[in-house]
Amino acid sequence: MAEIYIVRSAAIAARKLGGEMMIMSAVDSTFFTLNEVATVIWQAADGRTPLSEIVEHRVCEEFDVEPEVARQDAQQFVTELSQHGILLVSDQPIPEPKLGTAEAQ
Amino acid sequence: MEVMTQPAQLGHEDQVAVEIGGRPILLRTQDAAFRDLLKKRYAGFVRRPSGRSACTFDVDVIRPERLVSEAEELEVWQDEGIWHLERGDFRAHWDPRVGRGRILQALSPYAIDSVLRIVHTLIQAPEGGFLLHGASAIRNGRAFLFSGISGAGKTTISRLAPPDSTLLTDEISYVRRDGEGYRACGTPFAGELARLGENAAAPIARLFFLAKGPENRIDPIEAPDALRMLLRNILFFADDSELVKMVFRSACEFFARVPAFRLTFHPDEGVWDLI
Repeated sequence: MAEIYIVRSAAIAARKLGGEMMIMSAVDSTFFTLNEVATVIWQAADGRTPLSEIVEHRVCEEFDVEPEVARQDAQQFVTELSQHGILLVSDQPIPEPKLGTAEAQ
Repeated sequence: MEVMTQPAQLGHEDQVAVEIGGRPILLRTQDAAFRDLLKKRYAGFVRRPSGRSACTFDVDVIRPERLVSEAEELEVWQDEGIWHLERGDFRAHWDPRVGRGRILQALSPYAIDSVLRIVHTLIQAPEGGFLLHGASAIRNGRAFLFSGISGAGKTTISRLAPPDSTLLTDEISYVRRDGEGYRACGTPFAGELARLGENAAAPIARLFFLAKGPENRIDPIEAPDALRMLLRNILFFADDSELVKMVFRSACEFFARVPAFRLTFHPDEGVWDLI
């Protein structure tokens, strides 16, 4: 199966507040709240690390979750955020765009 | 396409300064009826024109009354640093770099009201402030905000405010960044109460999101919910990604400094004892 690379869009504003990551699309003002697992994926979305590696080394190691379940959840999360332009997805490494806000880190 | 005429030489008597949130906006027009309209509508917020205005607009009032823009809905956009504002009853542009702009509008209070609201949101955004759908009042030197959509109870909570309070607005609150905190300022933007707020200001102590219910109670509110509700209620007109980021940042900063709660209330004066 082909690798997937993900990177955070520059057209967002994000902030961790009350332990949760909140993201707003600067394009359509859609608002998202990420749970802990999604936040880990979000923070690891550097465009260089394959999604499978993020799931294996970050999600499965930090959370008590089966690898196959984690992979499916991650795939669904990435699909949803990419549809709103929050995450950019490619089958090749992506140069990280200049982030719009320091909070996105 | 309407061509805006160049301004004629205007004297002091042709100017009206409307100061909201401590920021005077100078409106210059040769139309005496419009100046009278401004003085009446913004009574309490009209200041003697001075050199320290936040921006200056030359206003052309179009007669006989007719639409001046084909835009059916409000449109606000930025082009090469200049903001453009259009709706059927007005057309305006404003260059924030030089603090100058022009308005073409009908002899209508609604048009100038909209322009002022939009310009204030644009002035406030880079400074971390915003305008909010919400009532606000000062009591014991502290300001309280009551935010909610139409029907949430903004006018009701304002009407129930005790005599020792100062009503800043029952409709649009002006939240201004002030050092490490925030101040609420009065606005002339009235809701159902049809009463202008007082031109006063005080540090904001709390923000309440309003809900009507069978009893008066205050509940904590989770940060994501609070942020979502605040963003929904901040006045926001422009389809501009940088502005979206500014507003989001301002809302987050606000919650870092001002506690927010859900206020469920039954329409009786007792609710103010809780506040």
